[in-house]
Amino acid sequence: MDSQIKKLSELMASKQISCVELTQKYIDAIENENNKINAYVNQTPDAAIEAAKRVDEKIASGETLLPLEGIPMTLKDNISTKGIETTCCSNILKNYYPIYNATVWETLKRQNAVLLGKTNMDEFAMGSSSETSCFGGALNPHDFSRVAGGSSGGVASAVGGNLAVYGLGSDTGGSIRQPASFCGLVGLKPTYGAVSRFGLIAYASSFDQIGPITTNVEDTALVYDAISVYDDKDSTCRGRVNEPVCKSLKNSIKGMKIGIAKEYFDGIRDDVNSAVQNAIKIYESLGAEIVYFDMPSLKYSLPVYYILACAEASSNLGRYDGIRYGYKTPHYSDRDEMVCKTRSEGFGKEVKRRILLGTYVLSAGYYDAYYKKAQNLRGTLVNAFDDAFTKCDTILAPTVPMTAFPLNFTAKDAVETYLTDICTVPVNIAGLPAVSIPCGFDNAGLPIGMQLIGNRFCESTILNAAYQYENAVGEKAFKSANMGVNLS
Amino acid sequence: MNYELVCGLETHIELATKTKIFCSCTTEFGGEPNTHCCPICIGLPGTLPKLNKNVVEYAIMAGLATYCEISPISKMDRKNYVYPDLPKAYQISQYDMPLCKNGYIALSNGRKIRITRIHIEEDAGKLVHQRGNTYVDYNRGGVPLIEIVSEPDIRSIDEAKEYLEKLQMIMRYIGVSDCKMQEGSLRCDVNISVRPKGTEKLGTRTEIKNMNSFTHMTKAMEYEINRQIDLLESGEKVIQETRRYNESTGCTESMRGKEDANDYRYFREPDLVTIQVSDEDIQKIKERLPEPPEVKLERYTKEYGLSDADADLIIKYNKISKYFETASKDVKKPKVVANCIIGQIFSRLDGDGAKENFDINVTPENLNALVKLLDEGKIKMNLLKATLEKMLDTGKAPNELISEKDMGGVDPDKLKAVCEEAIAENPRAVSDYLGGKEKALKAILGAVMKATRGRADAVEAEKLLAQLIKK
Repeated sequence: MDSQIKKLSELMASKQISCVELTQKYIDAIENENNKINAYVNQTPDAAIEAAKRVDEKIASGETLLPLEGIPMTLKDNISTKGIETTCCSNILKNYYPIYNATVWETLKRQNAVLLGKTNMDEFAMGSSSETSCFGGALNPHDFSRVAGGSSGGVASAVGGNLAVYGLGSDTGGSIRQPASFCGLVGLKPTYGAVSRFGLIAYASSFDQIGPITTNVEDTALVYDAISVYDDKDSTCRGRVNEPVCKSLKNSIKGMKIGIAKEYFDGIRDDVNSAVQNAIKIYESLGAEIVYFDMPSLKYSLPVYYILACAEASSNLGRYDGIRYGYKTPHYSDRDEMVCKTRSEGFGKEVKRRILLGTYVLSAGYYDAYYKKAQNLRGTLVNAFDDAFTKCDTILAPTVPMTAFPLNFTAKDAVETYLTDICTVPVNIAGLPAVSIPCGFDNAGLPIGMQLIGNRFCESTILNAAYQYENAVGEKAFKSANMGVNLS
Repeated sequence: MNYELVCGLETHIELATKTKIFCSCTTEFGGEPNTHCCPICIGLPGTLPKLNKNVVEYAIMAGLATYCEISPISKMDRKNYVYPDLPKAYQISQYDMPLCKNGYIALSNGRKIRITRIHIEEDAGKLVHQRGNTYVDYNRGGVPLIEIVSEPDIRSIDEAKEYLEKLQMIMRYIGVSDCKMQEGSLRCDVNISVRPKGTEKLGTRTEIKNMNSFTHMTKAMEYEINRQIDLLESGEKVIQETRRYNESTGCTESMRGKEDANDYRYFREPDLVTIQVSDEDIQKIKERLPEPPEVKLERYTKEYGLSDADADLIIKYNKISKYFETASKDVKKPKVVANCIIGQIFSRLDGDGAKENFDINVTPENLNALVKLLDEGKIKMNLLKATLEKMLDTGKAPNELISEKDMGGVDPDKLKAVCEEAIAENPRAVSDYLGGKEKALKAILGAVMKATRGRADAVEAEKLLAQLIKK
C-alpha cells in the first residue's frame, strides 16, 4: 500500500489536481454517500473549501507544501474545534461550540489540513460499536449490516469508506485500533504522553490518547510525526522523544525480536487466530525472531481497565450540569432538580452505567476493594510489560478476538461487549504504543486486524514492523470499500 | 465542673501569585463578574490544568516560615463534589500527600501550636443572589489557596486568636498573601470540643465553618463552648456536626450532621504529574525568604532601640516595616521615625486594611529627610510634628515646607526680645509666678511659642523666661 497522503500531495504540487477540486470530490462524496454509513455527524464544507483555497494559493506562488497540507481529513467529535459544534455524540453537548482549538487541531490547522467534518463515535467514547452515539451508529463500509466499531467508529467508517484520507480518533481502551481492525485500516494508539490531550474531551484521563486512522502504515507515520509534539498545555505530554518515525519505516527487521504472549490468544476466534499465525510466518520469513512467553497478569486487564477508566469518567463527566453550556432540561423547580434532570435526560444508558460504576468504586467503603486494588494491579501490568520488553522489541497480538459485530450486538449484553476489549485494553493500562494493521479477511470477507505493541515512545519500532509486513503481503491484506472517492 | 477547650483551626489563605493556580488568568480581587476567566478555569470540556510553579514556591515559603518539613514528593488529587461554583464538579487539591507537614506556630505564652499539614488547592467561584435569581461568578475560581491544618492544641479563645494573628502576620510578612479576612483571602474553620479539665479523653467535636473576622470567630467560639458545656452539664451529648455562625443572632447553628457529610471520592488527579521538590529548590527558596519575625523583632529592639510593643506594631505589616527601614536610614534616633509612624501616621489610617495598604502621601525618603533635620538640630520636635502634618496633607518634601529662616530655630537675641515682650504683656501671670505658681510660666511660654510660630525651643525659652522674670 502506497502512501495516499504522499500521492495526493504530489498530484497537487504537480498541479494535476487543485486542492479545491480534491476537496470538492470529498464534499460531494460525503453529500451523496454519508447516509449509507453515518460516518459524519457534522460536515464543514465551507471551512474545508476556505482551507483548500489557501493551499492552492501556496501552490500557485510556488511554495513547497508541508506533508499534510491540503489533505482532506476528519476529526472524531470529541476533539475540540473552535466555532465548530463538538458534541461527543451526546445529547448533553448538543449545541456546544468550543471557544478554543484542541492542540492537535491547532497543529494540523497550521499545516492547512482540510477538515471535512466531525465524525461519529460512541457517546463520550464509551462503547465498542459507535452505537451509543446519540446520532445512531456508524456503519462498516465493507458491510452495511455491520458496525464500524468503536468508539472512533465514524473516523474508521469515513476513512474506510473513502470519505476522508485520514482521521484522528482517540483510544482509551482500544477505540482507535478496534474500529481500524473492523474496517481494514491502520490505527495507531501512541504512547501515553506522545500526543497532547489538550482539547480532547476526556473520558478517562490517564488512558486517553489521540492517534491517526489511515489506509496504510506510511500515512499513519506521517500523521503521527505531525501531531506528536510537546505541548506546554498538557503536563502529561512530552511529545515524540525520538526521530520522526517516517525515517525508519523502511529499515530491515532482520533480527527484530517479536514477542508472542499466549494469553493474548485465549478465546480468540479460529479465523482470527490463523490470520495472526500466518502473519507470524511472514515475519519469520522477513528474518524476525519470534519469542514466546507468558504474561499471566494480562488476565487482570479488563477489571483493572473498567474500574479505573469508569472512576476517572465519573469525575470527568461531573461538569455536565446544564449551567454553563450544552443541554439543559426545560422544566425544573430548583437547582438540584435542574442538574438531576439535565443529566438524566442528557446522558445515554452506557454513559450512565459507567458513571455509576465509577462513582461506586471510588466510594468510601469500596475504594480499597476496587479502585485501590485496581491501581495496584495497574502497576503489576506495567511491570509485566517492562519485563516482556527485556525479551522482545515488539509484541504481536490480535487486535480484537473477532471481526466486525452485526448491528445491535453490543446492546444485548454490556459485559459480553466489555470482554471483546480484552486484547486492546492492556496497552492503555501500561501507557504503551500499539498499531493495528489488517492481516486478512474472514469467510464473510470482513477484515481481520492484528496489533504490534511497543515499549514506551518506541513508535518507530512498531511502525517499522508494520510497514515491513504491509510491504511483504502487498495488496492481499487490503481491500478498498466500493464507495466514496476513487483515487486510482 | 471546670471544662477545658480543645480546638484546632483549618485556615484557608489565598496566595498572592499574579496568576491562578492552573491557568494564566489574573488573581486580582473583584472585577466585573466572569472577566478573570478562561476555558481552563471555567472547566470547559477538554481543557487541562497546568500547575503554576509560583504556587508551589509560595506554599513552600509558608511551610518554611512555620517550621514545616517540605515533602520531596507530593501530588494533586481530585475532591469530587457538586456545586454550581465548582465548574469541573471537582476541586483539585491535595489529599494524602501534602506539600508541607509537621510545623508549628509559637505563642507568646511559650506554647507551640502544631501544624499538621499545609496543602495547595484551587478556590471555587462564588454565587451571587440577586432579584430572586442566582448567578455564578468564576473570577475567584482557580485562585490558589493553601490550607493550613493545626493539631487540636489550642486551649483558649485567646490562643486561637493569637494563633490566627501570628499566622496572618507571618504570611503577610513573607509576602505570600495579603490575608485580608474582609476580602476572603484569609478564611478559617474552627474545630471545637470541650472536656472536663484534667481529663485526657477528647470530647465530641463540632466544626464551625467560614469565620470571616476575628470578632466573629471570638463570638462564635464563646457561644459554641458554652453550648457544648451546657449540653454536657445537662447530661446530653454533643453531636458531631458542621455548624455555621449566624452573625445576626450571635449563635452557631447546625448545617449538616456527620451522616450527611460528603463522600469526596478523592483520587489522584491524572492530568497533573508528581510534584518533586529537591533540597536545592528548598535552599533557593530559603535564601529568598525574609528574616523571621522574631529575629526581626530582636533586631528592631537592639539595632533601632525600639520597645517590643512599638517594634511589634511596625513588623506586623510588611509594607510598614519596609517603610520604616528606609525612613530610618542613617537616622540618629530611629525611635522618632517609629513614633511618627505609630502616632501621627497611624492616626490617619483607620483599621487593619488601611494599615495593610499603607497608602500615605509621605515617601520614606521625605520622612527620613525630616527626621535628619531634627538630628542636625536644625528644627525642634514641635516643628517636626507640624511639618509632618503638612507633609501628610500635601505630599510635599520637608524643604518645600520649612524655609531656611525657620531652620535653626530662633536666634538667641530675637528669642530674648520676644521673651521680654511676652513678660511685659502678661503682668498677671508674672506676678502669679513670682507668688509661687509655677504653672503660670506656661502661659507666658505659650505667648512666646505663638509669637515664634512654634519655632522656638520650648525648653530653652522656659529657662530664659524664668531668668528674665527673676532678674
